[in-house]
Amino acid sequence: MSMIEIKGLEKSFGDLEVLKGIDQNVEEGEVLCIVGPSGSGKSTMLRCINRLEEPTAGEIYIDGELVTDKNIDSMRTKMGMVFQSFNLFPHKSVLENLTIGPLNVKKANEAEIKEKAMKLLERVGLAAKANEYPRNLSGGQQQRVAIARALAMDPEVILFDEPTSALDPEMVGEVLDVMKDLAKEGMTMVVVTHEMGFAKEVANKVIFMDGGYIVEQGTPDAVLNHPQEARTKDFLSKVLV
Amino acid sequence: MDVYLKGFLIACKGIPTTVVVSLIAIVLGAALGLLLALCSQTKSKILQVIAKVYVDVIRGTPMLVQALIMAYGVPWLLQSWGSAFKWDNLGGLVVPAVIVCGCNSAAYMSEVIRSGIQAIDKGQMEAARSLGMTHGMAMRLIIIPQAVRVILPAFANEFVTLIKETSVLGYVGVVEILRRGQLWNSSSFETFPAYIGVALAYMILTIPLSKIINGYERKVARRESAA
Repeated sequence: MSMIEIKGLEKSFGDLEVLKGIDQNVEEGEVLCIVGPSGSGKSTMLRCINRLEEPTAGEIYIDGELVTDKNIDSMRTKMGMVFQSFNLFPHKSVLENLTIGPLNVKKANEAEIKEKAMKLLERVGLAAKANEYPRNLSGGQQQRVAIARALAMDPEVILFDEPTSALDPEMVGEVLDVMKDLAKEGMTMVVVTHEMGFAKEVANKVIFMDGGYIVEQGTPDAVLNHPQEARTKDFLSKVLV
Repeated sequence: MDVYLKGFLIACKGIPTTVVVSLIAIVLGAALGLLLALCSQTKSKILQVIAKVYVDVIRGTPMLVQALIMAYGVPWLLQSWGSAFKWDNLGGLVVPAVIVCGCNSAAYMSEVIRSGIQAIDKGQMEAARSLGMTHGMAMRLIIIPQAVRVILPAFANEFVTLIKETSVLGYVGVVEILRRGQLWNSSSFETFPAYIGVALAYMILTIPLSKIINGYERKVARRESAA
């Protein structure tokens, strides 16, 4: 059984068809990277998985269970999400950003979750910032906190929506390093990214999307080094200067 | 000068009533205003329409008229239906006064709260929901606490406005600041000192409040620019 199964996923915004029928599975422990030009539907596909966008048609299964409006809140506890713009809670300290979900959604024990949150902050190298507020952190630090926040919920999979696109270039590395560590530890990850280097190094599978379809998919080597489709070749020739 | 001091001191006797009515009304107004703001944000068309009509009706009519309807019109209507309803049985005319001020303020507060909620980046709601929070939980823990900081100055301004607007309550039998002055004027005929006293009594409430708001806004502006 796949961890995520996407069947016949379609999404329109008014008259604009963004996704025109996506079928895709994500296996446990797999790192799936989604690449493609802007407007190709990559982020929309990711956001449909945890229903931040409601699919127009099609089905999403997590651990074999169909995601619906009714069970979405509990399903989301299995799927962490990391956003392009971090979206940390500015009125909460770094530590509280990590604990607010588990405390309120999972009714976790406060002492235990604080201890766990501190360990996660240590893991992303930010234990010293536990009592700071997000506004006092750099973009790279904020994104590492956002990853730790997702991990604090013990998710089975983490969805990354262009996690390094809003970062200054010198901060991209620190965030990618944290993501690489996660991948090594066997975390299932779906990553929408423009970082081809990351995709080549870490992904088990890469899909190239364009115009609302998956145009090409396979190993990073196959898709990124030896693309078959003209559109993939064209896109890669532009991004891999 | 003594007569001016006397006028001021007499008007000041109305301060407790004005302050108590304003305080209860602002709390009522904030609670009802929040409810209206949430209604206007829901997907339910019916709730949206109710909130819209409420705000339009309240904002489209003078508070004095609303106070007259509540204090005198409502008992008349209920009595014409055979009820023995009287505000006196519920604690006097200050009760409809508080209700009207609260309901009136709610219409203005709901707009303030709605714009405060809308000012919060929608990524905040998405981040909260992606952690598995329900919509209500996300509003309570993430959106509203941030919106409160945004709307606090507008909220305090509404309180200043409300304090001044309670001056119409003299017409429905509440003896607040203005009514104190009027009563003294009609017995003493010291018209100018009476109303100057009333004005001063309002000012010792509203001016310090406005100063506090300005100070808070400057503090927030400094903090934002430092961040």
